[in-house]
Amino acid sequence: MSKTASCVLLLLLALIGWTSRASAQGLDIDIVDGREAAIPITIVPFAWEAAAMPDQTQIDQVVRADLNRSGQFRALRREDVVELPVRAPDIKFATWKMLKQDYLVIGRVLGAEGGGYRVEFELHNVLKQQSELALVLPVRPGEFRQVSHQIADLVYEKILGVRGAFFTRIAYITAQRKAEGKYEYAIWIADSDGHNPQRIVWNAEPFLSPAWSPDGRHLAYVSFERVGGHTIYMHELATGSRRLVTSYKGINGAPAFSPDGSKLALTLSKSGNPEIYTLDLASNSLTQLTRHFSIDTEAAWMPGGNSLLFTSDRSGKPQIYSLASVGGTPERITSVGEYNARVTPSYDGRLLAMVQGNRNVYRIAVVDRERGGAGAVRMISPGPLDESPSFAPNASMVLYAAREGNRGVLYAAAVDGSVRQRLALADGDVREPAWGPFRQR
Amino acid sequence: MNTPIRVLVLAMAVAGLGACATKKTPPPEPSSPPPSQPTQAAPVQEESWTNPALLDSKPCLVSRIAYFDFDQSVVKSEAMEMLKCHGKWLAANPGARISLEGHADERGTREYNLGLGERRGNAVRDLLLANGGRGEQVTVVSYGEERPICTDSDESCWSKNRRGEIVYTAKQ
Repeated sequence: MSKTASCVLLLLLALIGWTSRASAQGLDIDIVDGREAAIPITIVPFAWEAAAMPDQTQIDQVVRADLNRSGQFRALRREDVVELPVRAPDIKFATWKMLKQDYLVIGRVLGAEGGGYRVEFELHNVLKQQSELALVLPVRPGEFRQVSHQIADLVYEKILGVRGAFFTRIAYITAQRKAEGKYEYAIWIADSDGHNPQRIVWNAEPFLSPAWSPDGRHLAYVSFERVGGHTIYMHELATGSRRLVTSYKGINGAPAFSPDGSKLALTLSKSGNPEIYTLDLASNSLTQLTRHFSIDTEAAWMPGGNSLLFTSDRSGKPQIYSLASVGGTPERITSVGEYNARVTPSYDGRLLAMVQGNRNVYRIAVVDRERGGAGAVRMISPGPLDESPSFAPNASMVLYAAREGNRGVLYAAAVDGSVRQRLALADGDVREPAWGPFRQR
Repeated sequence: MNTPIRVLVLAMAVAGLGACATKKTPPPEPSSPPPSQPTQAAPVQEESWTNPALLDSKPCLVSRIAYFDFDQSVVKSEAMEMLKCHGKWLAANPGARISLEGHADERGTREYNLGLGERRGNAVRDLLLANGGRGEQVTVVSYGEERPICTDSDESCWSKNRRGEIVYTAKQ
């Protein structure tokens, strides 16, 4: 066979491999255009070397799904993992080089004192044939998914130089129909991939707009549970205790914690129409920031806490405005799209995600504030009724809600729009996801 | 036609003409109504605007929903008669209380729609007050897009969901 012919054959094989890889991820993953630059990595199934019965969690599966969902990696599917090295000396680098893998993760679970476990794992660079990371993580029974997300974070950070955000939690709201006209609304907390959902509060009246405190210990949200009005509660996750924050006449909406956690920005219509306020959580003092007959709502703090972004229809249609956190004259910052609302900034303020509507199609737009022109706005969701974008704390992904048929579902999309995945959640109408902050490992 | 019959016809015609020429219509004689068919008189049945049954029987009071165009909070003229009736009811029944529920369709963001629902509720409230209601009788509550009447994602549903709904919390 000539060199050209063998090259063509290899290319064909690679193409076939890629196609089958994309389709074999299951219904949940939706590879939009498969990033060219996605890094090929193999996660070898971890060996179970503890005396107890193996845990149900397949660590390699969780790590593989995490890395794929980010859009930054292309993990070799389980069926193509042809060798199962457990320790460094077992690795035959030639095999992984032939499979065009850049990185290899191996590991094992061992028993530990007191009924727990420890997971040892190693990240190897296939091209350099050397170990880049070798760590031991303690695990309590029942926490194998959590430790899997931690492993994914460590691998992500080692290769990309950016902290991983898989070991994080999300909050979201469900509406479940109980009878004709009767619903049960609930707020849930789950792992970043939608697993381990826990219901934290529920009622026959709606909940809205869950917002995380920067330390991840509290959620603020809107409840309709009090007759004839809205209430903002602050909910301590560890205890389930709730503090009534505001319950003014009219709208009490859109709570957002300041970056230092000392204040809440919120929307109140006690003056007659919706305005943005800040509430100092220690002193309970309220400061009115906007004064306009339009709808001003959906405040979001910029990093540092010196300014806020919010939605206002003062120009006729909803658009995004910026405002100093001490008040002043708002400045309109969106110019593209007839409807822009519910903005949220990335941790560094460089990216803004928002809902952009044109006619009857509402999609998630990500704006890069450091780029000008057409490249500055990227639509990362297909619509038609997408809403509630929220960034992962490392800004690698955006979580948002979409409607499919008569129900809401959640998607995690890579921030460049290359990959999006529907989260595996229980049936029911799911809406208003909010991605929580980093957690302490 | 034979002769005797022709004569008879002529005679009848002459007799008829004679009657026309001579008979005069007599002036109406004053008379009392026939005693056998007495006319019944009764007071006009006024609708009782304090009878709660009216709320469930008079069409303009039975009707309780004003619909809106997309992203609009202007009450359409078709809702005016209904709002006039409810305004009149509030004026006639000082104890009556209304919760005005403002709603939006699913398009757009939830918190913005909460604002839009309130704006619609306020628009309906203002018309109720202009038609006789008093401020303390009407409370506006926005449900935003959280309480759709219809859950399909098309205009036929959306138009039903963009609404201001009058809910009586006290009828009198």
